Amino acid sequence: MTTFKPGSVVFEHVRKDFGSFTAIPDLSLTIEPGTLVTLLGPSGCGKTTTLRMLAGLEHPTSGRILIGGKDVTMLPAHSRDVSMVFQSYALFPHMSALENVAYGLESSGLKGKEAKEKAEEGLAQVGLAGMGHRLPAELSGGQQQRVAVARALVLEPQVLLLDEPLSNLDARLRRRVRTEIRELQQRLGFTAVYVTHDQDEALAVSDTIVVMKDGHIAQSGAPRDLYEAPASSFIADFMGEANVVPCSVVSVEGGMALVRVGDLEHKVPSSGARPGSAQLAIRPGAVGVSERNGSGLAGKVLTSAYLGDHVEYEVETAAGTLFVTDHTVTTPLPSQTEVSINLRPRGIALIAA
Amino acid sequence: MQNGNRRLDILILLGAAAFLLVPWYRIDRGFFGLSWVPDFPFSSNVAPGLLQIASHDRPWIAIALLLFLIGASARLMTNASSRGLLMAIAGGAGVLFLAAQGLAISFSGWAWTITETVFGPLSQGQPSMGAGAVTLSVVFVLFFAFGLAERGAMKGDAFITGSISLLIFLVTVFVFYPIGSMFAGSVQDFDGSFRPDGLIRNMQDPGIWSLGCITGDGRCGVAWRTLWLAVMTGLGSTIMGLAFALVATRTQFPFKKGLRLLTVLPIITPPFVIGLALTLLFGRSGVITEALSALFGIEPGRWLYGLTGIWIAQVLSFTPISFLVLIGVVEGVSPSLEEASQTLRAGRWKTFLKVSLPLMKPGLANAFLIGFIESMADFGNPLVLGGSHGVLSTEIFFAVVGSQNDPSRAAVLAMILLTFTLTAFMAQRFWLKGKNYATVTGKGDSGAHIALPRGLNWGVHGIVVPWMIFTVIVYGMIIFGGFVKTWGLDHSLTIEHYAKAFSISFADGAIAWTGVAWNSFWTTMEIALISAPLTAAVGLLTAYIIVRQKFAGQNAFEFALMMSFAIPGTVIGISYILAFNLPPLEMTGSALILIACFVFRNMPVGVRGGIAAMSQLDKSLDEASLTLRANSARTMRKVILPLLRPAITAALVYSFVRAITSISAVIFLVSAEYNMATSYIVGLVENGEYGVAIAYSSMLIFVMITIIAGFQMLVGERRLRRENRVAGTAPKTQSNSGTQGPSVQEKTA
Ligand SMILES: Nc1ncnc2c1ncn2[C@@H]1O[C@H](COP(=O)(O)OP(=O)(O)O)[C@@H](O)[C@H]1O
Ligand SMILES: [Mg+2]
Repeated sequence: MTTFKPGSVVFEHVRKDFGSFTAIPDLSLTIEPGTLVTLLGPSGCGKTTTLRMLAGLEHPTSGRILIGGKDVTMLPAHSRDVSMVFQSYALFPHMSALENVAYGLESSGLKGKEAKEKAEEGLAQVGLAGMGHRLPAELSGGQQQRVAVARALVLEPQVLLLDEPLSNLDARLRRRVRTEIRELQQRLGFTAVYVTHDQDEALAVSDTIVVMKDGHIAQSGAPRDLYEAPASSFIADFMGEANVVPCSVVSVEGGMALVRVGDLEHKVPSSGARPGSAQLAIRPGAVGVSERNGSGLAGKVLTSAYLGDHVEYEVETAAGTLFVTDHTVTTPLPSQTEVSINLRPRGIALIAA
Repeated sequence: MQNGNRRLDILILLGAAAFLLVPWYRIDRGFFGLSWVPDFPFSSNVAPGLLQIASHDRPWIAIALLLFLIGASARLMTNASSRGLLMAIAGGAGVLFLAAQGLAISFSGWAWTITETVFGPLSQGQPSMGAGAVTLSVVFVLFFAFGLAERGAMKGDAFITGSISLLIFLVTVFVFYPIGSMFAGSVQDFDGSFRPDGLIRNMQDPGIWSLGCITGDGRCGVAWRTLWLAVMTGLGSTIMGLAFALVATRTQFPFKKGLRLLTVLPIITPPFVIGLALTLLFGRSGVITEALSALFGIEPGRWLYGLTGIWIAQVLSFTPISFLVLIGVVEGVSPSLEEASQTLRAGRWKTFLKVSLPLMKPGLANAFLIGFIESMADFGNPLVLGGSHGVLSTEIFFAVVGSQNDPSRAAVLAMILLTFTLTAFMAQRFWLKGKNYATVTGKGDSGAHIALPRGLNWGVHGIVVPWMIFTVIVYGMIIFGGFVKTWGLDHSLTIEHYAKAFSISFADGAIAWTGVAWNSFWTTMEIALISAPLTAAVGLLTAYIIVRQKFAGQNAFEFALMMSFAIPGTVIGISYILAFNLPPLEMTGSALILIACFVFRNMPVGVRGGIAAMSQLDKSLDEASLTLRANSARTMRKVILPLLRPAITAALVYSFVRAITSISAVIFLVSAEYNMATSYIVGLVENGEYGVAIAYSSMLIFVMITIIAGFQMLVGERRLRRENRVAGTAPKTQSNSGTQGPSVQEKTA
């Protein structure tokens, strides 16, 4: 059984320029040993760049990077105690699965036979025992992915890096493999930094999610914190769709705030808000729509789409147009229907900012 | 850091050896001859660096020693950043100092009066650099490179900084230094004294610049004639190449395979052979000339000897290259664009003229410029056919070897030639930048190319078919010509030419190579075999650095390397003898100078092939290897080289063959000891021994076909296996980096 000495990761005021373009202006981040941290954010926000700096494939323009307490800022990729699973897997096409897995071991000075044995073990760990002789081209996408993971893991790195490891898999496989990766990480206890742009994936696997935007950290925290207490409308929208509407905080009492949207009043966790104007993130499923009956916020259905297990509406209200998914209604409301809007107890968060 | 220490230790040992164990200066009879060993270390000629300082009154070497010790002292420091800085400074200063002292102090003391007045006269001068000095130069370059790596340059990768530094160092020494010497040479005599009057006189020479042929009094100057010839050759080979490409891709021509086969010919044909064959056909005693004179009483003329003849030979020689460039371009025009044009009610002619042709424009310009540069650089055909109507490349040759012996004239002519080709090269680079409309994409682009308009179809066949027939005749001639007694007079068959060139006899149980050709043949093979792997290695390493690394000045680096492609062989030749005939580096007459010449002349093609192949490899493969604890050197060996095998083989074959066939630079650099096949053949032609010359040429062509075929079979197999292997893993990137002309693969394909 492989034994890991999980390492911590620290970024200290790291800046990265590509020519005159600043990809990462000033990044500081601490990752606890043994946790799985995802870097989440829209395309081009600097996730891959951050990961590559950690791997040593890019060097920061300024700032320091520490792995396991040791300054590695100037260390080349091959002398860092991290390993990486590439988006394209980057399996060497001229080597068999076993040779691929043994490659890193041999590079670190292990003798041929020993390396082969450990590589077999690594393949077995990802459920590919006996497939070692196959060339990458003779493996399915999911199997290739697992060879890539095994190849990185057998080196027992302090930190494992994964750059969108599931993006080349089909949707069904994605769900399974992400569970496998998470299980492996929890079983072996290594530190992992996981890059993705898919919030479902992030929510499913992470101990901590770091949401990035334009090279900055927009917010970081446990999945639940991010979902339930987004710090900004960007986070609210990025962590699952949300309607962000202006509201006013009437009073704060015992961790709960009373907010008013139009003539609708609602109680939500206060997230440190003070009375005054604020924003409310309303998940599409947290809105109840019914034919106009006097109570709640008045609105009018603009579009209505029947999708089998739920109905999607766009509803025009005084607080703006709301996107609503309704899983309860048996008969869809046609567009132009006058409706009343109610808020459900869950799925509504006050944006602290 | 441990790694850093180990390589530094090796460097320090190497540097110490340079000062202690080998002669500092050049050994006249050759370092590898080991004739110096008995006198070592006390005689002044062979003393190592340390003794040169201590007992032979050459105190300036002490400065190099000091710089070396400073660099070595970095070993005692632990702070990576300041240690790196110290190494880089010591290394950089060391290289510069060695170069400066080498240039400033020659055989008899200071080479320049200014240094003499500043520092006072020296008690004695110094010969050229030898093993010690050269080793130390390399040590300094590596000090510099490793220092930069320790400071984090190139992500701290010492292999990369080392490779880049060495490449820049080598290109400076073997490309820029000779060219610079040539410029200096234009204002010097052979003994090195400053005499600008030669430059001024030659610059104003009406023989170079006269416009007589336009104004109506006399001939035009050689510069204008060369330019005119190059333009016509560029046009001719482009039109022919386009016709070929159209036939190969847009018609039902039955001999397409044969057409492709013909494209291999120019790389295996020594450049003067076409000219030679033309002489046999159309010369004063050529078969066709004689037939015409016998049948119609047409007076045998000398029309072939001059620009017309050279032009025909060059168009024949360079059409295949142009074809290779244009076939990619013609295939690159997306069929769906042509189909779209047709659905928009445009006929075939209109579609061709308004859609296809404009899309090919950058490719056509490219082909033209290649023809232009090749024509300027061509030496063999003008030598055989030029007669008294020489072009720049031959005039340069005659300026040094002939009775003129006027190095400053040669330098001036070379500078003019270089200006022409470099201008064309720059025009190509800047004008074509971003104008590559080749529309091949990774997506399957279905649809078929439309047929050519009928008139055009006839037209291109009308060009291609006679050309093919003519080519077959020309090559038939070359084979046949080696077997007839005296061309034009006595056509009875004989093997006497082959016997003269390649006879072998057995004496006392040993083989005696009695044929006259053997000597140069074996030299050629030896030099080609040594330079081919070096060329491939340097070329592919450069390609790797250009494609995979990013560093300041990278564009300049790439540009400078590619530029050496545009330096005509004649210019290289003349610049090498001007540069490497005197201290600080003397190499003339050695095999080394031939090898250096081949490596740096043929490298750009290896670079180009390497770039094309490397861009097809997903970059994450090397990155994966790096994150798997393999350093760049191991990555190169285990991942990149195995995947690049076809490109490597192609580069090897190409540089091997080029080393055998080239003549323009070689003819300046051969010596009695190291004579090459091509220059020997040219000598035969000059003596009128056509039979032997042709026999020898045919033999070379045969040897090269055998070699290429052998390699082709090897590569062919590998490739099949490899393609099976590569399929379906890494996402394939469609690259189109080949705007510059044929890549190696294309050439040997
Ligand atoms: N080698 C590079 N040269 C120039 N710009 C780059 C380079 N790599 C990334 N960038 C830029 O940096 C930004 C962040 O890129 P990246 O980290 O790849 O984003 P992502 O979050 O999608 O992984 C992007 O705007 C990208 O264009
Ligand atoms: Mg990315």
